[in-house]
Amino acid sequence: MVEPVVLWGRLVGAQIRSQLQYRVSFTLDLFGTFLISFIDFLAVLVIFHNVPRLGTWSVQEVAFLYALSSISFAFTDLVIGHLDQFPQKIRDGSFDIVLVRPRGPLYQVVASDFQLRRLGKAAQGGLVLVYALAALHVDWTVGRIAMLIVMIPAGVIIFSSVWVTGACLAFWTTDGGEFTNAFTYGGNFMAQYPIDVYGPWLRRFLCYIVPLGFVCYFPALYILDKRDPLGLPRVLQFSSPLVAALAAVVAGTIWRGAVRHYRSAGG
Amino acid sequence: MIEVEHLSKHFVVRRGRFRRERHVVEAVHDISFRVERGELLGYLGPNGAGKSTTIKMLTGILVPSSGRVSVAGLDPSRRRVELAKRIGAMFGQRVQLWWDLPLIDSFELLRHIYRVPEHRYRSSLERFREVLDLDPFLHTPVRQLSLGQRIRGELTASMLHEPELLFLDEPTIGLDVVAKQRVRDFLVEINRERGVTVLLTTHDLGDIERLCDRLLVIDHGSLIWDGRIEELKERYGAERTLIVDLEEPAPPLAIDGAVVERVDGPRQWLRFRGPAAELTARVAAAARLVDLQIGEPDIEEIVRRIYAGERVRD
Repeated sequence: MVEPVVLWGRLVGAQIRSQLQYRVSFTLDLFGTFLISFIDFLAVLVIFHNVPRLGTWSVQEVAFLYALSSISFAFTDLVIGHLDQFPQKIRDGSFDIVLVRPRGPLYQVVASDFQLRRLGKAAQGGLVLVYALAALHVDWTVGRIAMLIVMIPAGVIIFSSVWVTGACLAFWTTDGGEFTNAFTYGGNFMAQYPIDVYGPWLRRFLCYIVPLGFVCYFPALYILDKRDPLGLPRVLQFSSPLVAALAAVVAGTIWRGAVRHYRSAGG
Repeated sequence: MIEVEHLSKHFVVRRGRFRRERHVVEAVHDISFRVERGELLGYLGPNGAGKSTTIKMLTGILVPSSGRVSVAGLDPSRRRVELAKRIGAMFGQRVQLWWDLPLIDSFELLRHIYRVPEHRYRSSLERFREVLDLDPFLHTPVRQLSLGQRIRGELTASMLHEPELLFLDEPTIGLDVVAKQRVRDFLVEINRERGVTVLLTTHDLGDIERLCDRLLVIDHGSLIWDGRIEELKERYGAERTLIVDLEEPAPPLAIDGAVVERVDGPRQWLRFRGPAAELTARVAAAARLVDLQIGEPDIEEIVRRIYAGERVRD
């Protein structure tokens, strides 16, 4: 149980050493992501500059959603964001190398890179969270603190499952990167806003198909002690860990099927 | 070590810009062969003949469309991870080393990926450092290595976990003569000394001639030859060339059982089958001989004939 984690640490460590070989480029990247993610948050402020509330949501509450989604997403991006380049691995056949090694292919692909510069985005999410919590006067209970702690890993798992499922497309299309981006980067954008502002179809999609509503929206209702504007069952507010586990199982199954479908590059 | 029965692999491809039609491409068609432990086997075929597809099925990368494969007693695509511990693979054009890190770091990482015990790792590495002369670039980042150095690194990487069976896809491609020789020496060493079974695909007939006892030839997805190289020569290259130097220039000799291929001053080239002694006697009776030599058909010529469509199998 411990050994794969240690090995992951070694492989990721090797990757970080590689990235640090290009020190200037790395530093610029790190600050770049940090600054760019603030522009991202500016979009939220621009909306609230024009409307006082988004549905029943105040700017501080949306900032809270934004921060938690950003943090979950940034950690996901940190650990598996390089799945973006997975179609390339399929196209040039370097996935073959993964398949002749005695470890799970997904494990190896995940451990094959580490986007350390995404820490910039996590840091920005952390700052926004500090602001939101300072402004919101949450009535903290043990349950709410626990929820805050659990929702980030659950969010990471949900985002990761979306990402892995998207990467599987590459086995069939050998590309499809942009389509996947709609669900990963686009998904992060969606999860940053309360889902009741979206139309009914999109809302159902985000609850039941690509379960991004469970990254922030439902747990946030509980933490902020808000009445659900959609009037959905209260049990959904506690379902994020379960949904995350389910999403992981589904993504894992699709991945295994996809690997068996793998057809390698020519030559 | 390897058993392959009626193995086929087809791919479905879609062609056409607007109306995408399904086409089935048969990359490998109904091939069967066995490889015993300790063999060093050459696998030869033109580009796109199905060599790599076969290797990928043997290593578990691709799932066969039909037929049965067993490698080291395992079904490769179902027991891939288990099999991976017991085989090594090197694909000449794919990099398995960590590009930006010193070569030694790649070996360390592979040691952990394969769970090689420390002492086994030390002794293996020591051996390879010597045989492949790795010391001068062991601490150089892989991206700065020459091709020859990198290939030596790749070979070490695929042997560190002491596999019983090694698959090599074009190991000498792009190497100069010296580097090629080093790779060949290494393969002979691991085959003879360590008893590693080696299956080698190559375009380089020099590799085949110097290394392999047995040869498989595949073309258009079908196996068209499986046997010893000498047999292939006998059956295919049954015709040899007798080169004679006469005392003075003469018109083409008319000798039973031989055809003059070429005349150059006093020298003539005669193509013949069967024993050379009788023919030599006949030539000596017909003209005054100064010198003679016999040219054996080289494998390159034989393979050219095979690809040209002269099927060996009846």
